[in-house]
Amino acid sequence: MTTAEAVNRPAMAVPKKASARQRSMIGARNRRGAWLFLAPFGIFYLAFLLGPTVWMLISSFFNTSTVRPGLGSFAGFANYAEMLTRADFWSAMWHTLQFTIYTVPPLVMVAFVFAVLTNRVRRGQWFFRLAFFLPFILPSATISLIWVFIFTPGSGLWATIVSWFGVAPGAGVLGDPNTAMIGIAIATLWWTLGFNFVLYLAGLQEIPRDLYEAAAVDGATAWGQIRYITIPMLSRTTTLVILLQIIASLKIFDQVYLMTAGGPGISTQVALGLITNTGFTDNRIGAASAASVLLFIVIVAIAVIRQLFDRSAARKAA
Amino acid sequence: MSTSATPRARMKSPISAAAPARLGASGKISGRTFTTVTTIVLIVFAIVWLIPSLFALKTSLSENGTAALGATAILSDWNPTLHSYAALFNAGDIWNWYLASGVTSVITAALTVLFASMAAFALSRLNFRGHNIVYLLVILGIMIPSQVLIVPIFQELGAINLLNTYWSVIFPQIPAVIAVFIFKQFFDGIPRELEEAARIDGAGIWKIYWSVVMPLSRPVIAAVVILTFVGVWNNLLLPLFVLSNPNLMTIPVGLATVQGSFGQRYADIQAGAVLAALPLIILYLIFQRQIVEGVTGSGLKG
Repeated sequence: MTTAEAVNRPAMAVPKKASARQRSMIGARNRRGAWLFLAPFGIFYLAFLLGPTVWMLISSFFNTSTVRPGLGSFAGFANYAEMLTRADFWSAMWHTLQFTIYTVPPLVMVAFVFAVLTNRVRRGQWFFRLAFFLPFILPSATISLIWVFIFTPGSGLWATIVSWFGVAPGAGVLGDPNTAMIGIAIATLWWTLGFNFVLYLAGLQEIPRDLYEAAAVDGATAWGQIRYITIPMLSRTTTLVILLQIIASLKIFDQVYLMTAGGPGISTQVALGLITNTGFTDNRIGAASAASVLLFIVIVAIAVIRQLFDRSAARKAA
Repeated sequence: MSTSATPRARMKSPISAAAPARLGASGKISGRTFTTVTTIVLIVFAIVWLIPSLFALKTSLSENGTAALGATAILSDWNPTLHSYAALFNAGDIWNWYLASGVTSVITAALTVLFASMAAFALSRLNFRGHNIVYLLVILGIMIPSQVLIVPIFQELGAINLLNTYWSVIFPQIPAVIAVFIFKQFFDGIPRELEEAARIDGAGIWKIYWSVVMPLSRPVIAAVVILTFVGVWNNLLLPLFVLSNPNLMTIPVGLATVQGSFGQRYADIQAGAVLAALPLIILYLIFQRQIVEGVTGSGLKG
């Protein structure tokens, strides 16, 4: 039966509005059917999301290792105590935070500016979307290879351009412990800006046009309109973008692994890099799990804030 | 039918509507000057944003010898060559990497769409005990950062002997909880009257799901397929640790692994970077709208 037929049927008028959710749902005789529908996804959810989370929690209290099967001997809080007193753990946590501080403000502000400007342009929006958004869908391997090459010390594109401004090449952006993280942050800004850009563009379209027209009639300048209409109206998008960006920054791994491998020294080693090194290079699953749990707690805390914010925003909108 | 509640309808306007605010008579001149200035600024930034990709492309079309001399030599060289691409294709590894990336991305996308839409259908349409608990688990799942689970997932795949198989890349990426959420939101917006009619004709729940709801969900299916495909294609962390056999590596992992052995062959390296991205660029050019809408939708709702 086609959709058109279904729409034209007089029968469809009968159910009217089923106010209670219960009534609008397909009845009790399908209880077993419901579980069959949930099962395929549920199995993978349990096996590869909830299960590993629980296993990570358990093994963080054991001396689990990749070289022996099973959990190993009980360690109590020893893995946590070790992590919390290790200098390189705190240094990795600091670098993760440092990366977050370097990337979140420009990612939010530059994306906002680009979106506001693009929204004002009458023709050729596709070009700006292409320019700003395309990098976002490229693999981290591609962007890292591109930026490592751009940052080649001495003769690379970056060094060539900054030398016009009289900056000495030195060890190169990624070769100097003081600037390596800045180099990674620049590549990341270029790579992921497009995500925030399209979120802001979507938000901009939801601002009623009449607001601007009314403001223009009252003699508001273009800047005044942005300051008193656009920025306040986009505050929900901004909060969302900031929280999403913080969560993404805390999970950073790819760019660091590919561009500096945590170096020079451990000057760019981040949390997930420390975890994989502890787990896969040192074969110390228990200790890696403890570090994972600590990072996990931080990320979930921010994700919870996000959910709460979303809910309260939705309630306000309703 | 009215699709006002669907993600597509909501996302359409942000992307296509362009008209800037009309200004009153008094603000006309300053408004027009402002627009001209902003357009110029924007064009400059757009060019800046395109430079890294274009520079990589230019380098990949140079000789390795020219590329090794640096940026000035690359930019002043006007003899493009496909030498690096030919070298990569002849070396052969890249074919295996494309195969691995293609197979894992396609299978994961197909299974994610099927399983996530089924779960979302149950949550949206079926009445069963434990509905609230299942929904709570979905919300909980959205908050779990799966990257942080790399160590236990590696152990688990080792325990069930799946390391160094495509399945080790596919299985852990299937439970993309956000997909269930996106499907559920879409299904909730489909008028129930359509199913009612099918039910009166004696259709079972599978039939309603497969022949009524799914055909109406093409836009959201397309969005989830593309987003999953791109996500799996681009994933580095998981395949990096679960695949150690060079013949099974996905393209980002393969490139990351051989990067060191390329030494000074910079043109070859950049050609590899371009080849890893090429299928996604083609995909973007074809499905621009779906990709942007999907990314926006998952960002706003996830």
